[in-house]
Amino acid sequence: MTTNPQQMTPLLEVKGLTKTFPSTVALSEVDFTLLAGDVHVLVGENGAGKSTLIKLITGVHRKDAGTILLEGKEIDPRSPRHAQELGISTVYQEVNLIPTLSVAENIFLGRQPLRWGMINMRAVERQAKQLLKDFNVDIDVTRNLSSYSVAIQQIVAIVRGVSLSAKVLILDEPTSSLDHHEVEMLFSVIRSLQARGIGIILITHFLDQVYAIATRITVLRNGKKIGEHLVSELPRVQLITEMLGKELTKDSDEQDENAISKHANSETFLKVNGFARKGTIEPFDLEIRRGEIVGLAGLLGSGRTEVAHLIFGVEQNDKGEAYVNGKPVNIKSPRQAIRHGFALCPEDRKIEGIIGDLSVRENIILALQAKMGWFNYLSRQKQNEFANQMIKALSIATPNAEKPVKELSGGNQQKVILARWLIANPDFLILDEPTRGIDVGAHAEIIQIIKRLANEGKAMLIISSELAEVVEYSDRVMILRDRKKVRELEGNDINENTIMKAIATD
Amino acid sequence: MNVEGQQANPAKSGLEGIKTLAISVSSSRLFWTGLALFIILLVDLMISPNFFEIRLVNDRLVGSIVNILDNSAPYALLAIGMTLVIATKGIDLSVGAVMAICAAVAVTLIKQYEAGATEFYYQPGFVILITIGVGAICGLWNGILIAFLNLQPIIATLILMVAGRGVAQLITNGQSPTFTNDTLAFIGRGVVWGVPFPIYIAFVVLIFVTLLVRRTALGLLIESVGVNDRASYYAGIQANAIKVFVYVLSGVCAAIAGMIVAGEVKSADPHKAGLFSELDAILAVVIGGTSLLGGRFYLFLSVMGVLIIQSMLAGLYVSTLHPTTNLVVKAVVVLAVLLLQSPEFRRFISQPFGKLSRRRR
Ligand SMILES: Nc1ncnc2c1ncn2[C@@H]1O[C@H](COP(=O)(O)OP(=O)(O)OP(=O)(O)O)[C@@H](O)[C@H]1O
Ligand SMILES: [Mg+2]
Repeated sequence: MTTNPQQMTPLLEVKGLTKTFPSTVALSEVDFTLLAGDVHVLVGENGAGKSTLIKLITGVHRKDAGTILLEGKEIDPRSPRHAQELGISTVYQEVNLIPTLSVAENIFLGRQPLRWGMINMRAVERQAKQLLKDFNVDIDVTRNLSSYSVAIQQIVAIVRGVSLSAKVLILDEPTSSLDHHEVEMLFSVIRSLQARGIGIILITHFLDQVYAIATRITVLRNGKKIGEHLVSELPRVQLITEMLGKELTKDSDEQDENAISKHANSETFLKVNGFARKGTIEPFDLEIRRGEIVGLAGLLGSGRTEVAHLIFGVEQNDKGEAYVNGKPVNIKSPRQAIRHGFALCPEDRKIEGIIGDLSVRENIILALQAKMGWFNYLSRQKQNEFANQMIKALSIATPNAEKPVKELSGGNQQKVILARWLIANPDFLILDEPTRGIDVGAHAEIIQIIKRLANEGKAMLIISSELAEVVEYSDRVMILRDRKKVRELEGNDINENTIMKAIATD
Repeated sequence: MNVEGQQANPAKSGLEGIKTLAISVSSSRLFWTGLALFIILLVDLMISPNFFEIRLVNDRLVGSIVNILDNSAPYALLAIGMTLVIATKGIDLSVGAVMAICAAVAVTLIKQYEAGATEFYYQPGFVILITIGVGAICGLWNGILIAFLNLQPIIATLILMVAGRGVAQLITNGQSPTFTNDTLAFIGRGVVWGVPFPIYIAFVVLIFVTLLVRRTALGLLIESVGVNDRASYYAGIQANAIKVFVYVLSGVCAAIAGMIVAGEVKSADPHKAGLFSELDAILAVVIGGTSLLGGRFYLFLSVMGVLIIQSMLAGLYVSTLHPTTNLVVKAVVVLAVLLLQSPEFRRFISQPFGKLSRRRR
């Protein structure tokens, strides 16, 4: 099964790498080999140990056992900075640059070219611009990083990484928040690095992307290496089976053809007329019935998250009105929205979602407790019940409910936030990218849950960049372009083609 | 999904069980903070062999330990309020100044009563309530600046820290008024069953606040806001109300501490009352393991932090060291206590030993 590495010494070789956290064996005796010019993709379920492997190689965590060889020489990275000096650069799951500095400053942070002891800003900008141009990215490098899309920010992070004379570039789920075009842009950057002989390790949950860019695949499961393959020799079905340790159960209930008629006579839960906010989103109408799933599609930056924020009261509308169950409402804060039975799983789980230091249990009961008030405290027994029930229902990989949520893997954190809202039992759920960073197995589970919730009569508004997914569960799809609602699709009109067309053209 | 096989093996030999117990005890904050207090008391005992002696004089217990507890009371109150403030990722620099304001208010009002004013609000009981109310208003002011005007806590409370002593001087007309009223004096120097009254106050407040935050959802919500106030807001928590609440509570604690100090010396000194005590309160909270970055908080351990500081000071007073060295010694001891509690530092110093023992095996 294992492919024969070529005769030359591998660029990076890892043997018997092991890492144990209190109560969790995150990685056990993993071997891994990266050749120069390879794009080696790491796949595995949430919590399989992918990020941990990366963090050991880059010195974020110290290994318990094993050896790491770079170009045949043993190394022991003590910190990401040290790893970088050795030639291993990393772009982590979350972009770790400084949003308030300019693009150029970010690229050269900590090693600006000096002139007479002063930072030579002109030189910094010229070099930054050139570096980006090498990858066909032509942008104004004097603007703040935060004024650019996540894709550009990722690319800036990569450019920063490789300009530090990198031999190895590691990318941990860089594409999870990018749309199709941006992924293409990123991939062309990766390909040109590949051509320069840089070895690339990539983590992703998107199997399409694995097959589009990978040369080699390593599968991890439960902290162990399951297999290593050339991408050309590994059929998709086998890949999934190796990842999950079982075959993916195809969901049996086919897309309901009569979705619209099914909801035609169920009552309207939310109705929004001419909702707008200046500079954020143009006026739009929206109506969601109980038991209905409305998909929200559009490019990144088209205003999808803004629609969610406006409805949930994170931001206030300056035009239009909203009705819940036919009664006019004026929602000014998430708290008021929650009072009306709303829930929002936000897009940015680190900043808007998880409470890192608190336990899984506390994170799960948080919204419910906030709703119940300060003095109506859920008994510890009830809290445990809720938490354990949800850990089981969403198969959250954690040794117990008391683990601080920040120590969970990225995808499992996402599930905890979903659990938080399911416990609060809302009438209306807004899910902003609910499957981002979630492995294929759990992905199918979450889509099942979404459908089940709709069947239970909940109204749902779901934002997703994955069109296949949107097509699968939506009864209606609202499409945004340039902060404007451009179309609404219904019934048989909903397919990837029509959505793509509506997103792209007038 | 992949939790199987990750739990520690339940079938353990007894010896290993004891070992895990020892590990879990030695990694707990209570253990290391308690150990620090124990060591300091031991040093105190070495300096002065009769350190733990307690006698009954005129129906009042007398001895170093009683003094430590008595002196700790106002700081413990401040530390209790400060703990909750710090847990929300805030800080309250104004507590010392609020003590001075409240002492001034209490003494000024009580002097009216002594001068024969008969209005009900000059009655000692009301004076106490009014003083607590003034403390609450000071806290409300801080809370509103921080929660609704989005001022940084350190700046917002610095305003009152600086202005507060001026306000106190205005109240007392720049004097340090003295009084004789027994009720107000009792708060600072009363004795019940041989034990100084401030000790009871601090103890009751500690229990009350602990129950208030741990038996309700408040503790969880405070920690949540401290760790990530944006995510808390999204989850429907009234982050602003929580913030206002903790500053008000801190103000109330400072008011009681101010009355204790005023009662002790039967006067209100707007310049000196509570001077620098905010720093000792913050120090105690940090010693107790509550992070200045907000989140998890430990009320009992903060009070233990106060006891650590006061036990050390008591040792310094009875020692033969020249008083000029006091501050330096204090700094060194605090540093030692904080290092003792830091897991990183413990790992660092235990590494050579760890390597040795591994080699032997
Ligand atoms: N700092 C930590 N402390 C304790 N446990 C940790 C820590 N970091 C990771 N773990 C645990 O190690 C295991 C592997 O986590 P890791 O982040 O490597 O998963 P992953 O494969 O990257 O998953 P995902 O696809 O969800 O990002 C998980 O069970 C996780 O809970
Ligand atoms: Mg990960």
